[in-house]
Amino acid sequence: MSLNRFLKQRETLLALILVAISAGVAWRAPTFIGLANLHEIATDSAILIVMALAQSLVIMTRGIDLSVAANVALSGMAAAQLSMHAPWLPIPLVLLFATLVGLALGLVNGVLVAWVRIPSIVATLGTMSLFRGLTFLAADGKWVAQHEMSAAFLAFPRLDVLGLSLLAWIGVLGIVVAVVFTRHVALGRELRALGGNPSAAKYVGIRETTLQLFVFAVAGAVAGLCGYLWVARYAIAYDGVALGFELQVIAACVIGGVSIAGGVGSVTGTVLGALFLVLIYNALPVVGISPFWQTAIVGAAILSAVILNARGDRTDGLRLILRRHPAH
Amino acid sequence: MLNDVKTDTPRYTVADRAPRSFRALCLRWETLLALLLLATVFVNSTLSPFFLDPYNLADSTFNFSEKALLALGLTLIICAGEIDISVAAIMALASVCMGLLSLAGFGTPVLVLAGLAVGLACGALNGFIVTGFGVPSVVVTIGTLSLFRGLTNVILGDGAITQYPAGFGELGQGYVFGIIPIEFIVFLVLAAAFAFGLHRTRFGRNLYAIGNNAIAARYAGIPVQRYRMALFMLSGLMAGLAAVLLTSRVGSTRPNIASGWELEAITMVVLGGVSINGGSGSVGGVVLAILLLGMVTFGMSLLNVPGIIMTIFTGLLLIGAIAAPILIARVSGQRRRV
Amino acid sequence: MMAATVIPHSPVPVREPILELEGIEKSFPGVRALADARLSIAPGEVVALVGENGAGKSTIVKILTGIYQPDAGSLRIDDQPVHLESTQDAWKQGIAAIHQETVAFDELSVAENIFLGHHPRRDGPWWRGGGLVDWAAMRSRARELLAQLEADIDPDTPLKALSVAQKHIVEIAKALSHEARILIMDEPTASLSQREIHDLYRIVAGLKRAGTGILFISHKFDEIFDLCDRYVVMRDGHYVSEGWIADVDSDQLVSMMVGRTLTQVFPRVDTVPGEEVLRVERLGNPTEFDDVSFALRRGEILGFYGLVGAGRSEVMKALFGITRPTRGKVLINGREVQIANPEQAAANRLVYVPEDRQVAGAVLGMSIKDNLTLPSLARLFPNGILDDAKERALTREYGLRLVVKAASWDQLLSELSGGNQQKVVIGKWLATRPDIIILDEPTKGIDIGSKAAVHAFMSELVQQGLAVILVSSELPEVMGMSDRILVMHEGRVRAEFDRSTMSAEAIVTAASGSH
Repeated sequence: MSLNRFLKQRETLLALILVAISAGVAWRAPTFIGLANLHEIATDSAILIVMALAQSLVIMTRGIDLSVAANVALSGMAAAQLSMHAPWLPIPLVLLFATLVGLALGLVNGVLVAWVRIPSIVATLGTMSLFRGLTFLAADGKWVAQHEMSAAFLAFPRLDVLGLSLLAWIGVLGIVVAVVFTRHVALGRELRALGGNPSAAKYVGIRETTLQLFVFAVAGAVAGLCGYLWVARYAIAYDGVALGFELQVIAACVIGGVSIAGGVGSVTGTVLGALFLVLIYNALPVVGISPFWQTAIVGAAILSAVILNARGDRTDGLRLILRRHPAH
Repeated sequence: MLNDVKTDTPRYTVADRAPRSFRALCLRWETLLALLLLATVFVNSTLSPFFLDPYNLADSTFNFSEKALLALGLTLIICAGEIDISVAAIMALASVCMGLLSLAGFGTPVLVLAGLAVGLACGALNGFIVTGFGVPSVVVTIGTLSLFRGLTNVILGDGAITQYPAGFGELGQGYVFGIIPIEFIVFLVLAAAFAFGLHRTRFGRNLYAIGNNAIAARYAGIPVQRYRMALFMLSGLMAGLAAVLLTSRVGSTRPNIASGWELEAITMVVLGGVSINGGSGSVGGVVLAILLLGMVTFGMSLLNVPGIIMTIFTGLLLIGAIAAPILIARVSGQRRRV
Repeated sequence: MMAATVIPHSPVPVREPILELEGIEKSFPGVRALADARLSIAPGEVVALVGENGAGKSTIVKILTGIYQPDAGSLRIDDQPVHLESTQDAWKQGIAAIHQETVAFDELSVAENIFLGHHPRRDGPWWRGGGLVDWAAMRSRARELLAQLEADIDPDTPLKALSVAQKHIVEIAKALSHEARILIMDEPTASLSQREIHDLYRIVAGLKRAGTGILFISHKFDEIFDLCDRYVVMRDGHYVSEGWIADVDSDQLVSMMVGRTLTQVFPRVDTVPGEEVLRVERLGNPTEFDDVSFALRRGEILGFYGLVGAGRSEVMKALFGITRPTRGKVLINGREVQIANPEQAAANRLVYVPEDRQVAGAVLGMSIKDNLTLPSLARLFPNGILDDAKERALTREYGLRLVVKAASWDQLLSELSGGNQQKVVIGKWLATRPDIIILDEPTKGIDIGSKAAVHAFMSELVQQGLAVILVSSELPEVMGMSDRILVMHEGRVRAEFDRSTMSAEAIVTAASGSH
């Protein structure tokens, strides 16, 4: 009866699968669950986790943002260019700059979706092409390579703070912010309500336009932040950065139980979904499976998750309970 | 006001057809696309003396014919309110299967049939998951995209299959009358068939009804799920055909084959005036959009403009094409409060 | 205005009104929903807003709750003019509503559904969590509200786990959470059982004592007479009359609603019923209805009356093949039939015009022609290839027969008024040449002119020998049009009336299940 328990079960199920995979891999290669490798996984997954969390907000309000990976490329390129021309700038300012660039790009999406009212899948399909093209233009078609970036620029994501890389800390911070926002901030609650029942939302004074603008702005800002992190971590900026990454971000959400029909999804689920993907990527080479299986496994995982998510309440009318014995 | 209440309502004259005004004709999406196409041809021909060369022009169709086939399948899918993002991945899988059969020594007919069959089977899988579990097609086809592309990667690794039978290349590289590519003829014939199917048959009308309002369509006695299944299979089949032609043309199967084509094909469809929400659009508009994008690309390549600029142009065109009419309507139309 | 003759008197409320509406107008593209709405509510009084479907009641509710803004007229609270731009504005002015369509968020908890849009926030500076949602306060206040309603619902349950009636209780708790001075109840008992309705009565009495002004909208006359102090009658967007409930009876109220006496409004030509075309025997499915038996003859209108959720539409959907019954038999022209989908129903010449026109009836994005021909395409074009001339001939025939008002047959359905949309929807089914037509709330939400046209057309159909089933929650309509009336309650047929035995009171009593 308790659907709540069922929901929780899905997340525990996912967590169990993660543990099982880790255990299975560790059995073949014990170093897999060693501190060093776990740290590596945490660092690897940070970008995917924060971007998936932002994307889950968009999906929760019945939208989709396909442009996030292109945003990563463009913001990353902008950050790289800034650092190239002004290597003396403190890194936090570069970070802020990348975030602001991302925010601006996200606002473009937000305006197109919330205000012009173009379906998000089309609007972000368009801006995806646009951002990728602009990335190319921004560098005049050239790549910004490792030797052109300052040492501080490259080192920042790997800085060790209390035993964790800064990148991993950003992932942790992202999770905390997401939990607080979706759980304890009224706006976060209203987002969920809007996605769950947009036509009813207006009866409780929820403004769809503002909220849509907001989620795309958040997705953009987070992508901008990740743009810098990506470029610094992989020490390269060009128009092909994070190509196809938007599908991984969406995959993390879907595997984590965020419903494309809106209103359903949790931070835990999304984080587990992202971890699942990263774990697969990391585990395959360890157990000697060709890394070429990666994409296929992700596809199979998405499909299984989607089928699991499909709940059998398509016939609303049948839920009406017929009382056999009318009162007196 | 009770005097309004009359059972014998005065007889209204209702025109048989919408009045054909010049203004309405001008504002039609297809007209705008046709004008844009003409403008592109004009600009290109002034900028480059090679543009209007018939051989160049005919050869330029190689660049978009396969994508155009995807777009035809997607036109019907999107009209019916669904989407298929997996088409390019289906192409990759179909191509790799053809490659394997080719390595095993099979001839062209088997390869062609295999390509089509793989496409059909992949489409059937999409259709089965969408109709069987009631899952939005966006997510399903993102999943199958990964699955199909992933299987391609598994089979190919980082290698490539370049060994195809001698006559196989003729399909994708050959010409009719020595000038028009076979691919383009295939596209034109199919475009005509799709236009007939969508605009002149019961199938097409029912498909519009489903795209507009699937529940009302079901109440009107249309087997909605069977239609959806058929559409995904058709889309898969078109992807299979596109894979046959592409593989034949380039004579090889590489892991990144047709990568990102789904987005280009969707852009063609949406730019062609098909509503992403389903229920409206025409094959004619999509054909015009395909030609428009093709001519712009061709012109830019003659001018040595990098392909990525084309990407920007495509993105802007897509957004502008959809935003402009909405904004114009909002500015000119009377303010309506909801 | 003709109805002015039936106004008994215009009493002055005992106390100064909290809320006054005057001369309110509201138009939508193609429809004038309100032409001259007037209303006042004093503290501690329950005002019944009565009128047929399309009289403008729901528009008034939406104006009072800030969802619509009026085009003209004045809205005064405590004698001060106010503008309600949003639901939050209305809440600030102390107006809350229990909406007709439940404003439910299935994925959220009961407590959160109650407080959505006005979550309690924590005090203190932000770094100590100030401004965040105060879950503890929300839960405890939700628990208090539910206890006040004597409802045994855990505030932490997700809403989707509740029954329809429980959701309605949550809806009431939500309205109470605003501590409103004006509470609007739009069909609050539509899906409640008898016991829950009595709970509601108790709640209303409590609120009255506390000085809350209540605007009560209901189709159920017994509730209006039990609960309300005053009535305001609306018709076709106009204020018609008001008075003390104690001074009228239900027949007078009905004639004020429709403007004339029933026989004038519903000019049913007497027909002689022909042979039996449809026989339903003990039809049932596990959850919605059971043991439904009836027969229908040519030239007969069989009315189905009942409250929302009584199972009427569900029976009709089963007959039409949208759902499958699990028990019972259906015989058409004496032959038992199995109807698994709407295609087969249409093949048996049984068609259904669904209640929800926008969702299930009309394809709004298609033209009149495409809508009218849609279910007939298979019959007209067996080889699958369309012929425009044939389509247009059919469109003309049925479009003119139903007096559809439009610029051309190519006009999109979304551009027509609700009434003309409904005519097209009825027309598209008639074009399939049925023997049996089921009309589910055929005049819901359409203007009074179209309504009259639909009624006249129904009379015409039975004269031509069709058999009609009319499902309606409008007592005047079902009484005015039907030869016989079956009353359903909680999934079963509770009573049957013919023209000689039907009376408003008896029908209402049967529908509420109280015997």
